[in-house]
Amino acid sequence: MNENMLSLQGVHTHIGAYHILHGVDLTVPRGKLTMLLGRNGAGKTTTLRTIMGLWHASQGRITFNGQDITQLATPQIASMNVAYVPENMGIFSDLSVKENMLLAARWARNAGQIDAERLKWIFTLFPAVQTFWNHPAGKLSGGQKQMLAVARAIVEPRELLIIDEPSKGLAPAIINNMIDAFGQLKASGVTILLVEQNFNFAKRLGDTVAVMDNGVIVHAGSMKELAEDEALQHSLLGLAI
Amino acid sequence: MSLLATKDLTIRFGGHVAVNAVTCAFQPGTLTAIVGPNGAGKTTYFNLISGQLRATAGQVTLDGRDLSGMSASQRTHAGLGRAFQLTNLFPRLTVLENVRLAVQAARAGKHRRGFNLWSIWSDHRELTARAHEILRAVALAPKEHELVAGLPHGDQRKLEVALLMGLESRVFMFDEPTAGMNAAEVPVILNLIRKLKEDASKTILLVEHKMDVVRELADRIIVLHNGALVADGDPAAVIASPIVQEAYLGVAPTVRAGPVEAVPGASREAA
Repeated sequence: MNENMLSLQGVHTHIGAYHILHGVDLTVPRGKLTMLLGRNGAGKTTTLRTIMGLWHASQGRITFNGQDITQLATPQIASMNVAYVPENMGIFSDLSVKENMLLAARWARNAGQIDAERLKWIFTLFPAVQTFWNHPAGKLSGGQKQMLAVARAIVEPRELLIIDEPSKGLAPAIINNMIDAFGQLKASGVTILLVEQNFNFAKRLGDTVAVMDNGVIVHAGSMKELAEDEALQHSLLGLAI
Repeated sequence: MSLLATKDLTIRFGGHVAVNAVTCAFQPGTLTAIVGPNGAGKTTYFNLISGQLRATAGQVTLDGRDLSGMSASQRTHAGLGRAFQLTNLFPRLTVLENVRLAVQAARAGKHRRGFNLWSIWSDHRELTARAHEILRAVALAPKEHELVAGLPHGDQRKLEVALLMGLESRVFMFDEPTAGMNAAEVPVILNLIRKLKEDASKTILLVEHKMDVVRELADRIIVLHNGALVADGDPAAVIASPIVQEAYLGVAPTVRAGPVEAVPGASREAA
């Protein structure tokens, strides 16, 4: 099987009159954690949305496990065992935390059918999910909603996990838990693609990294190499040396 | 004397006490960081101070004046400035127009009832001059004629601060001002906050999860946990306290999720 689970070749995306992606070439290696970095407005979120079929590429090709998914609808892509956490988290405010989790658990018809061991693991990582299990999700704080969004994406095993800024708004203790969680998921064979602004978080977790600017990938390589090369960080990300 | 103070400030949502009898006073010329676990009540505390939420009990005072009965907009006129993460900018106006509107709103609130077209015309030059002054202070002067919608994220954040300056705010409240910002933009906003701090008549409150930012800017840290004020003091001492180390930073192994060897249910993937 191809060593890249996901690959984008020359992807262009237009949103209305705006031309956002200008030929994105990105590969996401199987079983690895790939970090997509870049300044605000570089096109990171648009790239994720184009992968998920929420915007359609006007040019170029996206393949997942060797299959062309460029023109597929979002539910078709999701049903190929892909989990996606959007930037706005997509929490259903009027549903309880439990109902939000249950919606994502395709194997379960009621909360009792959610894998109990896995749920226990999620509760350990994100205690707020357990504390507010029967509360309306709309009443959660910003950080707690973020925890729920990630918990929902990992409620069942998925082949590919795509998350837009997982660490946003989270207290340091929870960020540590999240780093553990992604490490464990990766060890279990999951492929992960994260958009992240927090470089400290990114470098602790990433295997490979791609940096975007102005709608194209301007650098791709190993995270270790970027983490050790301060001059490169400075030129790509504007990090102070 | 303190500029801003809360006394026994409390809000209940049903049976849940989100902010629980918080009494705290903030001095002019200082920056206080508010930290605490997710869901501790930090944003709700801000909402109670700025008037987005009405307290179940307790008081908010500015210069000794009780604001409790005032709406959010009245509190803004009284001098409470809150950054709303870009939602209060006018995207289709220019940078200068945005700031001039803020200056104008502050003057209208102070000297007149509402807007008066004639006076707006006559004051136009003065309003523009003040807007220019503010734009220079936040280093946005070169972009004064650009549309806000097209500004980079970091510049929009600067503009937001400019609006608060235009409104003649005396209290600046920032809720995670660096969230969603890339590393290159963070120092820009930190410099701006540092600059605001130089004005000894202002009080700054900052909710922030990045401890390096807190260490850098705060004169004092208060910690909220389950809605209550549980620590208050010098930054180094508060950061070193057990409650912060365990409940917030997660340093102690007791609250850290213990290492889980394998992800439960992962085997299903093969199915």
